[in-house]
Amino acid sequence: MSLYQLLIEPFAQYGFMGRALAGAMILTLSAGPVGVFLTLRRMSLTGDAMAHAILPGAAAGFLISGLAILPMTLGGFAAGLIVALLAGLVARFSIQREDSSLAAFYLISLALGVMLISLRGSNVDLMHVLFGTVLALNNDALIMIGAIVSISLVGLAIIWRGLVAECLDPNFLRSVSRAGHPVHLVFLGLVVLNLVGGFQALGTLLAVGLMMLPAAAARFWVRGLEAMCGLAIGIGAVSSLFRLADFLSFERGVGAGNHFGGGVGLCRVADFRATGRGVFKAALAAAQNCVRRIE
Amino acid sequence: MSGAIELDNLTLGYDGHPAVHHLSGTFSHGSMSAVVGPNGSGKSTLLKAIAGVLRPLEGRIVQAGDRRQAMAYLPQRAEIDRSFPADVTDLVALGLWKWRGLFGAIGRHDIKALEAALQAVGLVGFERRGIDTLSGGQLQRALFARVLLQDAKVILLDEPFTAIDEKTVSDLVGLVQRWHGEGRTVIAVLHDAELVRQIFPQTLLLARELIGWGPTETVMTRENLRRSRGMTEAWDEHAPWHEDGHGHSHEAAQ
Repeated sequence: MSLYQLLIEPFAQYGFMGRALAGAMILTLSAGPVGVFLTLRRMSLTGDAMAHAILPGAAAGFLISGLAILPMTLGGFAAGLIVALLAGLVARFSIQREDSSLAAFYLISLALGVMLISLRGSNVDLMHVLFGTVLALNNDALIMIGAIVSISLVGLAIIWRGLVAECLDPNFLRSVSRAGHPVHLVFLGLVVLNLVGGFQALGTLLAVGLMMLPAAAARFWVRGLEAMCGLAIGIGAVSSLFRLADFLSFERGVGAGNHFGGGVGLCRVADFRATGRGVFKAALAAAQNCVRRIE
Repeated sequence: MSGAIELDNLTLGYDGHPAVHHLSGTFSHGSMSAVVGPNGSGKSTLLKAIAGVLRPLEGRIVQAGDRRQAMAYLPQRAEIDRSFPADVTDLVALGLWKWRGLFGAIGRHDIKALEAALQAVGLVGFERRGIDTLSGGQLQRALFARVLLQDAKVILLDEPFTAIDEKTVSDLVGLVQRWHGEGRTVIAVLHDAELVRQIFPQTLLLARELIGWGPTETVMTRENLRRSRGMTEAWDEHAPWHEDGHGHSHEAAQ
């Protein structure tokens, strides 16, 4: 298999592959920098919790209008914001810390979301919502992702200085400006926005992967903030390319079946991990080659 | 002389639990005061409240004009996230916030001011150094440069000389004295009683409530210091896990 066949042909040949790649790469433009700030603010797990929290909203959208992108996205966004605000409020007005209240809220949301979808949908629907349908991105979904990314980049540019100050020296920022709290809230809003942007492609559970893994990997390579954001975008884009290319050969080798949903999910996780360390990537490819040969 | 900062029956604390009780008094305009007291006596809490970082549970802080405009606050070094990928310029440039805010562009004039501030603290050549690579003393110099850049009427310093070498302390003390000479009001939380006696004309001795406030030589007396230590011990004894009956009088402390 030549490099052309592996990396370019699938995207040129199949429209759905091209759209999947475009969706993932556009999303990476804002998910990367947002992820960098999440890691720097020590909020990596907050991102994960929020990813779970958007599920019931998406599920409510699903109950109302089936697997339609707009209602599910709006529902997910609303649910994510509500959970973020509630967790913040509980942390402020009780002795519970923000992380434990977030954990409580997201577990409840996850359970609620799965229950809501099971009310009407099948296991396949549940899989779609949890793990996404990256190969079913239509043009509407791409426009939505494009809009979300544009809003996120503008938003990030507006609060950039405040966000840096808030991370670096929050007490100093509070002494010179009231911007601290609004900046934090806008940032949480951007996190939720990027998660719902990613959820059709990657599912509610793994949308956070496109945010956190490139960011975490970028931290090992460069020092500056801007460089980290840029590298996170690059890693996200390259890993999307490999993931999708891999996906096609993976499917050819193993064939479709009822392992489909779970296999795609696992493959995705493994691939994302691999972006940070080329070794895993190579190991995975080797393993897949073995599987193919045995067959 | 008009009062620069007036504390009016001020009670401060966290999550509704008071840490400093019923503080009243005035830091006069252009004065230079040390805030001293044992650990946990509420010194940093008081400074945070004056800086506007912490809202009082009770009472108020009176000051003419916009507080945020008039103040430069230097938090404890430990409160700064040194793992954040920022360099010295990023950190010091935060001092421009008063003029540039969230959106304002930083111009050539600002860069000049920043360079001058770095020169004044002896950090020329460190502009692009990451803050995670600085020593404690160098970081403190950078923070002083930020205070310089803020060009404020009131300067609040939280433990500025803790855990840094003698040379740095003497350089930075020189800056503080310069600020005092320029007529700025300086309030600093300190641990080193010797330094307080040498340099600070005014002292506020705190032990969760006011023990003494006035000229340093009348406040930093053996009796007052003993009392301040007693106050915090008395508080410790109220901690729930502490067993009673260890032989010394509680009354003495109160």
